[in-house]
Amino acid sequence: MGRDRTWLLLLPALGLLALLFLGPLAWFLARTLFVETAPAEVPALFVDVLTARSMQVAALTTLWVSVLVTLATLVIGYPIAFYLANRRGWRAALVVFCVIVPYFTSVIVRTYALTVVLGRSGLINELLGASGLVGAPLALLYNIFAIVVGMAYVLLPYMVLTLYATMKAIDPSLLRAGRALGASPLYLFRRVYFPLSVPGVVSGSLIVLILALGFFITPALIGGPGDVTVAMLIERAVEILIDWPSAAVMSVVLLTATLILFAIYARVTDLRRMMGA
Amino acid sequence: MIGRGATVPGAVGLARPHERAAASISAPAGKALELQGLTKIYGSETVVDRFDTRIQAGEFFSLLGPSGSGKTTTLMMVAGFAAIDAGRLLVDGVDLAAVPPERRGFGMVFQNYAIFPHMDMFENVAFPLRARGMPKALVRERVAAALDLVQLGHLSDRYARQLSGGQQQRVAIARAIVFQPPVVLMDEPLGALDKNLRYDLQVEIKEIQRRLGMTVLYVTHDQEEAMNLSDRVAIMSRGRVEQIGAPRDVYERPANAFTARFLGEANLLPGAVVTSCPGRVAFQLRDGTVLHADDPSTRTAGTEGELFVRPEKLTLHPLADPPRDGVNRLSGTVRRASFLGSVVRYAVETGSGALVTADAPNVAAHHHPELGERVALAWSPADTVILPPDAA
Repeated sequence: MGRDRTWLLLLPALGLLALLFLGPLAWFLARTLFVETAPAEVPALFVDVLTARSMQVAALTTLWVSVLVTLATLVIGYPIAFYLANRRGWRAALVVFCVIVPYFTSVIVRTYALTVVLGRSGLINELLGASGLVGAPLALLYNIFAIVVGMAYVLLPYMVLTLYATMKAIDPSLLRAGRALGASPLYLFRRVYFPLSVPGVVSGSLIVLILALGFFITPALIGGPGDVTVAMLIERAVEILIDWPSAAVMSVVLLTATLILFAIYARVTDLRRMMGA
Repeated sequence: MIGRGATVPGAVGLARPHERAAASISAPAGKALELQGLTKIYGSETVVDRFDTRIQAGEFFSLLGPSGSGKTTTLMMVAGFAAIDAGRLLVDGVDLAAVPPERRGFGMVFQNYAIFPHMDMFENVAFPLRARGMPKALVRERVAAALDLVQLGHLSDRYARQLSGGQQQRVAIARAIVFQPPVVLMDEPLGALDKNLRYDLQVEIKEIQRRLGMTVLYVTHDQEEAMNLSDRVAIMSRGRVEQIGAPRDVYERPANAFTARFLGEANLLPGAVVTSCPGRVAFQLRDGTVLHADDPSTRTAGTEGELFVRPEKLTLHPLADPPRDGVNRLSGTVRRASFLGSVVRYAVETGSGALVTADAPNVAAHHHPELGERVALAWSPADTVILPPDAA
């Protein structure tokens, strides 16, 4: 047989990626940073954009929101994944369905749906008011809280599925051995199950963090006026300020941060394979 | 043991590591384990049917049977991972049916080792001690002793992926005995290892069990392993206990055709009892040949059954030079010869057309017939048992 030619099967996908992602990106960056800007001005441009207060605030907001979203999906997703990994039958199938279905619904639709739930006269405030627990309606919408809820809702499946894959690979005989050797269920979870699920916690968190960093729709729709993320800043530079060079610089920064996280993610996933998980 | 300082001062430096280990582990002898009508039912199927036995303190007891015979389910009921549907499980007279596995206090070894991959060997062995909240200094001492006992003290900082299967299983054994459990359960612990290593570990397990006086309940489908290790063996088939006894007894005096076949090659010749007086049964094969069996029980003349004799009990002789009187004899034609190394196994077609298997030790002094040669087979009534007709 001749050389392995199976890579040819990837050509359509690579073509699509080149045409729709790499090409435009390269063109955008080249044009804004090398054609429209004099080469000598590029370093100064980077310094200007990076030291701008709006950029620093947006970067902090983005990071803060992303970390909160990651923690929220972890706290909500871990028990769900645990349930799925340890149960079979129609109940587990139903939970999988509930986790996956929102995934197939438009993010915009889901985000607007949240305004019905979180608004001043939304479902939650109506219930709280009717029960007499709060006097005035709570501000649940158009703030960081709303952004985190909305993004966590959208990103939850990634966390659950990543955790599920790791948990499903935990050898049940280890748990049986642990119990036989005298460990209470709680001790067993603390010393055996949780440590063995940590690779999933790390990969799930990284993937949610990576996706959260570039989020645009949810913060734009249900965030407050002051809650500006880097992605929103880029959009404003392009759409409103028509300042493409700044948009390009911010894009490079965001892309770099994402790629660094992705490199960590790839490394962690490799390690997991080496551990035989 | 009197507190922590019970190891004899001075003796430590002289003793070999595993001897020192045994001295400092010095398990309180194992406890008796009583299974009273232990039963497991899945749906309409009775997976374990009224298992009854009393395993003595310090006894090595094996459950032997083909897959699906209920041996592992029995072990799981004892361990607490399968609910007991009927019957009682007593340790030194205390009923454990309602006690969860982690509070039964049994040591357990699994076929796939079940070594915690994220802990080194020290932490693995320390696990049952830490789960019981034992003070650190004592943990260190006990773990070191247990690892020495399986001769792996030098590997305490390794992880499972750095060890061979045999080493992992020895660590698993150390982990199962480090907390001095009254009973150790072993679920086909050597099933995943290759043949030579399996034998070495059998010797090691037996040695440790004897030295510590542990009560062991051992599951295996390997009859040689069960016979080599056990004080008593329970042979199981389709949920039922076919026979319980010392290895030699169940091998030489099986209770039925299943046990006879499961423990090794067996000749089973159908026929009926002719006469029976205490100690000696005369049995007539279908072709009219009358053979004798030493049998303590009296049997009614005319009872159908099977005559059982192991192939190695038979001797082969040239037809011209038949054996002396007073033994069972058959003659026939050699149809097959299989060279098995230490023995040559012959299939001899007798008058009735039945094939009788005879093993001849691979020594020059022994008669080794050619294919097609007419031979005489002889064996003692003492090696012969009359079995009830095969129900299966």
